[in-house]
Amino acid sequence: MAQFTLPKNSQLREGKSWPAPAGAKTLTEFRVYRWNPDDGANPRIDTYQVDRDDCGPMVLDALLWIKNKVDSTLVFRRSCREGICGSCAMNIEGQNSLACTMGIDACKEHAAGKKSAAVRIYPLPHMPVLKDLVPDLTNFFAQHAAIEPWLQTETPAPEAEWKQTPEDRARLDGLYECILCACCTTSCPSYWWNGDRFLGPAALLQAYRWLIDSRDENTGERLDGLHDPFRLYRCHTIMNCANTCPKNLNPAKAIAEIKKMMIAREV
Amino acid sequence: MADNRQNTNLSIRTPRARVRGLGPSGHGASHWWLQRLTAASNAPLMLAFVVIVALMVGRPYPEAVALMGHPIVALILILAVISVTLHMRLGMQVIIEDYVHDKALRIAALFANNFYAVVVAVACLYAILRVGLARLA
Repeated sequence: MAQFTLPKNSQLREGKSWPAPAGAKTLTEFRVYRWNPDDGANPRIDTYQVDRDDCGPMVLDALLWIKNKVDSTLVFRRSCREGICGSCAMNIEGQNSLACTMGIDACKEHAAGKKSAAVRIYPLPHMPVLKDLVPDLTNFFAQHAAIEPWLQTETPAPEAEWKQTPEDRARLDGLYECILCACCTTSCPSYWWNGDRFLGPAALLQAYRWLIDSRDENTGERLDGLHDPFRLYRCHTIMNCANTCPKNLNPAKAIAEIKKMMIAREV
Repeated sequence: MADNRQNTNLSIRTPRARVRGLGPSGHGASHWWLQRLTAASNAPLMLAFVVIVALMVGRPYPEAVALMGHPIVALILILAVISVTLHMRLGMQVIIEDYVHDKALRIAALFANNFYAVVVAVACLYAILRVGLARLA
């Protein structure tokens, strides 16, 4: 059966509680998932007190503040700090999001008025963890590569560019903006249970982006590659993907459009 | 259906090879389409089914038999049984594929699902025909 409980060596323990910095006036508590592959211990939740007057407004600012001023062993990915690289995707207050574009005061409990509530941070769900907040996304990127996300043509390339009407170009809006942060794919229960065979919302959104590109000549072959009960049809329109996407894209709609294309070539 | 390869977790394979697996099966669209089709047909048929059952409440057996003997009533019930059992079989198959990962158990569950749906359908159809056609005998 699909596994609904954590194996013994993955069960969370209460970790270290770090003291608040001296003289800090405005504190926000952060409870952060920690796991080290080298010490053989179970994952734990460490508690940090972040001095908000000394720290930027975003969750990533808080994590950097913790790493710089409290605990340098905390491991997480980050790069652009402006929501375009997708590195700092993590589970913040139960929702997959980018730490860099998620305001601390916008976190669920805080936005609801509970300013004293702790901000809980975990790695992206249901992925193998490499260390702390860093998940292993090997399978995720292999799935993206498998949908062959590049222009495919048989007609010899024109001397200038492949032409496209403004209307056809507009059809790529809402698709090309995906930054492959994996928030959607790792929020999808169907991907949790069958991620080895289901391509997941991010890869399917990109598949659709190339399926409807007016310049692409391999639409049929692309559809052939997706025509599978697991690769495509494990999507049960749960919509977690659209709900969680930090770029406000709608992978569920893209997948529905692929399903319509599958029928369109049969009826 | 179950993946018949050895335990891929313990095998040295590239991530690409794991994702490609056994390749696309070329199936799934018809399954999906039929599930939507039967969902649409279930709606009016189940509504009619409820009305028919409500008409039978509190009536003596001969009157219920007479109602079932009406060709339109019998046809609606036959269509409802076909539509509902088809939909049930398709939906249960998806649930088994989602959650049952043990290969032997998965095959057994898929077998059982098909047999169950067929037995239910045939039993219902037999009952409808037997009662509906009783007066011709």
